[in-house]
Amino acid sequence: MFDDFFIRALVAGIGVAIVTGPLGCFVVWRRLSYFGDTLAHSALLGVTMAYSFQFNIAISVFLISSLIALILIKLQKRTNLPGDALLGLLAHSSLAVGLVVIGFLTFIRFDIMGLLFGDILAVNVTDLLIIWFGGGLILLVLKIIWKPLFASTVNYELAEAEGLNPDRAKAIFTILMAALIAISIKMVGLLLITGMLIIPAAMARNLSDSPFKMVLFSIIGGLLSVLIGLFSSLELNTPSGPSIIAAALFLFILSLFRIKQSIQLKN
Amino acid sequence: MSSENILVKLDKAGLKQNNKWLVKGVTLQVEKGKIVTLIGPNGSGKSTTAKIALGIYKNIDGNVEKYTNKVGYVPQKISIDWTLPLRVNDFMLLTENLKDDEINNALSLTGVVHLKNKNLGTLSGGEFQRVLLARAISKKPDLLVLDEPVQGVDFTGEIALYELIKDISEKLNCGILLISHDLHTVMSATDHVVCLNGHVCCSGSPKDVARNNEYKALFGEQASQTLSLYEHKHDHTHDHDGEIKKN
Repeated sequence: MFDDFFIRALVAGIGVAIVTGPLGCFVVWRRLSYFGDTLAHSALLGVTMAYSFQFNIAISVFLISSLIALILIKLQKRTNLPGDALLGLLAHSSLAVGLVVIGFLTFIRFDIMGLLFGDILAVNVTDLLIIWFGGGLILLVLKIIWKPLFASTVNYELAEAEGLNPDRAKAIFTILMAALIAISIKMVGLLLITGMLIIPAAMARNLSDSPFKMVLFSIIGGLLSVLIGLFSSLELNTPSGPSIIAAALFLFILSLFRIKQSIQLKN
Repeated sequence: MSSENILVKLDKAGLKQNNKWLVKGVTLQVEKGKIVTLIGPNGSGKSTTAKIALGIYKNIDGNVEKYTNKVGYVPQKISIDWTLPLRVNDFMLLTENLKDDEINNALSLTGVVHLKNKNLGTLSGGEFQRVLLARAISKKPDLLVLDEPVQGVDFTGEIALYELIKDISEKLNCGILLISHDLHTVMSATDHVVCLNGHVCCSGSPKDVARNNEYKALFGEQASQTLSLYEHKHDHTHDHDGEIKKN
């Protein structure tokens, strides 16, 4: 029943969901949704650079996203503009510059829709290796910086005072975000990757009373979204990336009923 | 006291923010097994001095040297984001990997072991304060920095917690930098008092400080006699960049 491309899509989706679960929790806890969005928008520029210089897409996206994150940190220190204005500035200008560069690259036919919304069904074996190897590396590094990152998320001064070096953890986390976008851009696309980060984590928040549970439910939610989304896109012939995000939304709405129930029980 | 017992040392340390000195020229040291208390009116730079000692501020004036990384900190104010699902137990494990019985032990010392699996957001102010103190002592630190550790705690609890703090400093042989408004406790339990008012007004043993004229001027004649009445008069004001102007 399954064509080979569908198995590859499933394996890629599962790999991405396992990584977005824990990372998405930190995005929600640290209020970084718009930061994630900005990095994702800048990925388009990364993709065009990859085509211009005949370079690997994942590595190029990773480099450009890290560069944008670095510029953001510099701008935050040097200007009096509020954070959201800076994020918007970088997100839209990097998206625009990316599209302008595409205009110059007339010799290549771009699948713009695929870039914006992902094309999980076109994932090849190299992409799978990048997702699983890169994803494993991201999770390993996250595990190493977990304590200082989590402590400084709860309270920066406590973490700093008790010698955990929260600034270093924050910088490493920014790099991990850029890496995640690089490995998953082909799957869900640059407009939907933040949804994959936030929606399962938001669902998990509704169901959990400890950070560990929230990470666990976030991973489970992401996996279910990928499964439901991909199978329904096969059945209903809908685009796969948006179907995954729609499935995540569906799970989030279900989790809201659980809250209502527990509030009623308390009263 | 020999120099190897020193845990943290401030030498003419100060912090200037937006062209205003928050605190200036503070020299003090905390040694193993000793309690140093900072007193002074609101805005006199007590919390800032504590944060300088902890190394939280980077652009400070003067010198600060910390000789230990085993630090327990109870901040004066702590805001925790409720997007985080956090139980007391998770909070206890925040900066240190503790065994379950170490957590239970610390929580029972401050009388809140029954709250272990409660969500942090559901605690009352006093309960939360006891959890903060339990977390700080649970890792058996060399240096404890306690910024008004008993605020919001009921009267009997307050006395018990101050006794616990004194007890801990002896048992763990750790140094304590304490900020407190309760002059009675300060005078009875402290080895060294530093009286701040944007700068060090006076310092020394509790008895010396109580007799000191600047202390009397700051806290009132009564405070030095009864050691309990808390009231202060200013003998000087500060101009816009924090410099002292005598009245």
